[in-house]
Amino acid sequence: MTLRDTLRTINDQNLAKIQQATNLKELNEIRVGVLGKKSPITNVLRGMKDLKKEDRPVVGQFANEIRDGLVTAIDNQKAALEQKRLDQKLAHEKLDVTLPGTPVVDGTPHVLMQVMEDLEDVFMGMGFQIVRGYEVEDEHHNFEMLNMPKDHPARDMQDTFYITQDVLMRTHMSPNEARELEEHDFSEGPIKMIGPGKVYRRDTDDATHSHQFFQMEGQVIDKHITMADLKGTLEYAIHSFFGADREIRFRPSYFPFTEPSIEVDISCFNCNGKGCAVCKYTGWIEVLGAGMTHPNVLKAAHVDADVYGGFAFGLGIDRFAMLKYGITDIRQFYQNDIRFLSQFNGEDK
Amino acid sequence: MKVSYQWLQEYLPVKATPAELADNESRTGLEVTDVKVPADGLKKIVVGHVLECVPHPNSDHLHICQVDIGEDEPTQIICGAPNVAAGQYVIVALPSARIAGNVKIKKGKMRGEASNGMLCALQEIGFPESVVPKEFVNGIYVFPNAETPGDSVFPLLGMDDAILDYDITPNRADCMSMRGVAWETGAMYNEVPTFKEPELTEGTTPIADLLTAAVNDEKDAPSYQLRVLQNVDIKPSPLWLQIRLWNAGIRPINNIVDVTNYIMLTYGQPMHAFDYDKLQSDKILVRRAHDGESLTTLDGNDHDLTEEDIVITDGTKPVALAGVMGGLATEITADTKNVVLESALFQPTLVRKTAQRYNLRSEASSRFEKGINTATINEALDAAAALMNQFAGGEVAQGHLSASSIEPLSVGIDISIDRINHVLGTALDVPTVLGIFKQLGFPTHESDGLFSVSIPPRRWDIHIDADLIEEVARIYGYDNLPSTLPTGDMTLGHLTRKQQEIRGTRRYLESAGLTEAISYSLTTAEKAQQFTLTDSALTKLDFPMTQDHAYLRQNLITGLLEDLAYNLARKQNDVAFYEQGRVFLKEDDATIRPDEVEYVAGAFTGLVRQRNWNQTKEAVDFYYAKGVVDGLLKQYHLAAPVRYEAVQKPEMHPGRTAAIYVGDVYVGFVGEVHPETAKAYEVKTTYVFELNLDLVLAQDRQKVVSQPTAKFPAVTRDVALQVAKEVTNEQIMDVITKNGGRFLTSVKLFDVYAGEKIAHGEKSLAYTLTYQNAKATLTEDEVNKAFAKVVDHLESDLDAKIR
Ligand SMILES: [Zn+2]
Repeated sequence: MTLRDTLRTINDQNLAKIQQATNLKELNEIRVGVLGKKSPITNVLRGMKDLKKEDRPVVGQFANEIRDGLVTAIDNQKAALEQKRLDQKLAHEKLDVTLPGTPVVDGTPHVLMQVMEDLEDVFMGMGFQIVRGYEVEDEHHNFEMLNMPKDHPARDMQDTFYITQDVLMRTHMSPNEARELEEHDFSEGPIKMIGPGKVYRRDTDDATHSHQFFQMEGQVIDKHITMADLKGTLEYAIHSFFGADREIRFRPSYFPFTEPSIEVDISCFNCNGKGCAVCKYTGWIEVLGAGMTHPNVLKAAHVDADVYGGFAFGLGIDRFAMLKYGITDIRQFYQNDIRFLSQFNGEDK
Repeated sequence: MKVSYQWLQEYLPVKATPAELADNESRTGLEVTDVKVPADGLKKIVVGHVLECVPHPNSDHLHICQVDIGEDEPTQIICGAPNVAAGQYVIVALPSARIAGNVKIKKGKMRGEASNGMLCALQEIGFPESVVPKEFVNGIYVFPNAETPGDSVFPLLGMDDAILDYDITPNRADCMSMRGVAWETGAMYNEVPTFKEPELTEGTTPIADLLTAAVNDEKDAPSYQLRVLQNVDIKPSPLWLQIRLWNAGIRPINNIVDVTNYIMLTYGQPMHAFDYDKLQSDKILVRRAHDGESLTTLDGNDHDLTEEDIVITDGTKPVALAGVMGGLATEITADTKNVVLESALFQPTLVRKTAQRYNLRSEASSRFEKGINTATINEALDAAAALMNQFAGGEVAQGHLSASSIEPLSVGIDISIDRINHVLGTALDVPTVLGIFKQLGFPTHESDGLFSVSIPPRRWDIHIDADLIEEVARIYGYDNLPSTLPTGDMTLGHLTRKQQEIRGTRRYLESAGLTEAISYSLTTAEKAQQFTLTDSALTKLDFPMTQDHAYLRQNLITGLLEDLAYNLARKQNDVAFYEQGRVFLKEDDATIRPDEVEYVAGAFTGLVRQRNWNQTKEAVDFYYAKGVVDGLLKQYHLAAPVRYEAVQKPEMHPGRTAAIYVGDVYVGFVGEVHPETAKAYEVKTTYVFELNLDLVLAQDRQKVVSQPTAKFPAVTRDVALQVAKEVTNEQIMDVITKNGGRFLTSVKLFDVYAGEKIAHGEKSLAYTLTYQNAKATLTEDEVNKAFAKVVDHLESDLDAKIR
């Protein structure tokens, strides 16, 4: 048998062994056996001295080729075995991905605050500032400055919690507007404000009345503010809050602090105007009151009514929330049943 | 105000259907909240003529009636009404008729006798009992005149009319009369209403021979007019008049009283009629009541009067509360022969107060409160006298008494076309605006775009140009206004820093698992004063609705505890709430207006983590609550360190409550609610915190300056030490940080142990100390030295045993 044949045999035997190796340890043993100092190839190379000088390079090169081939085979087999081992490991690590994830605690903002913040964001987007005011007010700002002198019949509509004859729990957010009118420096620009907050009425709590609730009022006062601006502003706000497809109806109304005064209805979002229990079969739902600021209100704040004018509007945040979410009992807002409150944990805008 | 569509047609042609009229009016002037045709939903209800009426043999109250219903043969109907009698013209519900309440009438037998229908009371065909004439309340209705049997009763009783319910705003009291509504409708449809006055024929007896009248103070009764009718015959009014009253929601009584109500509905002018013969003298005096005087009003109630009441007196004592209600003693009755008729104007505020004081809100008082048309006081008086004369006979005394009177004046308002367009944002031209004033019936003179508008007394709500602009806007139509956004100087809409931080506070607490609650600000004195952060006087309502809501809160926790109790009572045992809102604090009782301070508070009860397939459950404890507060305070980047100090508060667990300081400023507390307090609120173990948010936000803040991330590695050393139980973490931390050297960057507690393996009265704590030099790699030697110093001090300062 020639050396070449010997090498060939070594190659064939080992290649088979390598390909059959099932683990890295076995493969390593083969490597040592084939490539180590005592390996058959080394033996073959040692026997080269007996060859003719001119044959040596040829056999040497052949031996190296065999050796390189075996190294490559070992590397390949090693990679294959490693891949297999990883695959097995990962297969072992398989999870039931349908098991529930680990819960993350989270709380819910109160639904009234969600409505309030949504409205705040709508109006801030139109350049309005937010003014908070006082919950304990004086008669002067709560009534007198708003064209409701003592004995004004409109005061009958608002049953008031008094603390003293002159100090009371605010019955609406309008005193905010009166104070802003008093304090504002028109050389610094127009007034564009909203005042959301808690108000109080001397009412017995039932499904539709609460002695505490939330309102938002707002006003814009400048040299050239028109009723058309009021219409545009409210349309924008209503469409942002209740949806762009709502129809809007303006109706004449009466408030002591605005003239002209209007009430604003939107087409019923429950029945789209066909008539249902939500809209009391009228197709319309009243959502807010508004009007052009009464000159007496401007005068009471020492604002020149011949130069400045504008509009004001007011809405009930509780009412908005009740309408938007179909809530029928106002007391639920203040009982704070966790099951009630945590319903409002997603946005459905 | 209930407006009859048919009555309105008498004053002007209305082409719109009742539903259209309601919608048009709602958009133009007053909201029409309801349109109702009384006959809607009813059918097969006809006139019947009772030919024969005999007692039912098997009943002590039923009658067997043979009734002509317009067919060839009379039909038999059994009737249980006490007032049924032969000869009457009555209401018959035929078999298969629908009556009120959607009830269907069937043929049947009553105690063995066939009954082919039902004889009806007015209530049974939908009349509210409050408008049914007294004589028919407890029986069937009987027509006053012969009618044609078989005819539908609906037109005969005004039930085919449409009744529109107008919601009258306080400024539009002019529409509390049919004439006012006619003017309003005319303005809307560009029609001029026409009115016919009944003709008054006076007799020969001068009124001065019968009566004198005086008004003490003309401010109380600026106009006071009287007429006298003699020898009247009291009986029911004609049916057409009764129909007008009951369709307006008023019960017909007799021909005199009905006319006063009819005139009030027509003109908006309240009227009153006295029985002349029941007056104690022939001198009528309008004055204030004297203390000690009393009056029994028509409703039978007695009232002790005050000097704030205007009264009509008969020279000796009050016979009526002016503008509110008459007295029982001088009431018109079936025997009345001579009538004093009053048409007046009384001071609105006094009328309102009197009506409120005695709980006597009436159709009359509500009109006087809101104002009346001063131009028709006398006209209404004459019309009333004429109609009474027509229905009750007798004779109207010659002339009328006028104890006071006013001149009805038109109000002149000048306004320019530019002003109108400036306010409305429109581009109306002069002819359009002139057209609107003409539609409204306001005489107007125009030159160069300046209008001089004369407002008739019937529209007493219009005083200033803004009122006139409203008239133009509503007649022009709000739907027709353009829709624009304000122009002019730009304004920036954004949250103030405080508003941002309050929103941030709320977002943080929500992400920490707390749900936002909103409790009542009004509470009891006891609850107001619990869990407070500072001493404060109470703010009390003057006249609370209930004792539960009589004082302004001075803390937020009591509200949250009530909320927890509400949830516990509904088996919601694991609840974490926070509330952000104001408390009301004041120095002393002499201060009236409290400071309104923004607070934030939280309350936890039960589990903060539910058992889960891969997690154990976790109940809230002190450190959980404290962790939430800690995290919250970190949000604010406070410059001074936050410190916790054990504190005693009456409502809190004595060993599990910490006062919270920012530097040296006491800002709040956190801890477990005292078990006794918890019991009182009916809650289980509860942890709470409360912070004066305004105060926290007012503290200095750290400026965050970016630091380069460390280039050199950090080195850590752990130390476990055993100390006496009383030694606090804070003391140990102080020793470590004070002696840690300049490379000590953080200290973290990672273990606390007290138990079997440790001597009684001691505990073990373990900390990881981290050292780092920003400028170079720390050597072992440097770290060892620094660490050794810490260990030495722990041993010497705190008597710690290092383990
Ligand atoms: Zn609807």
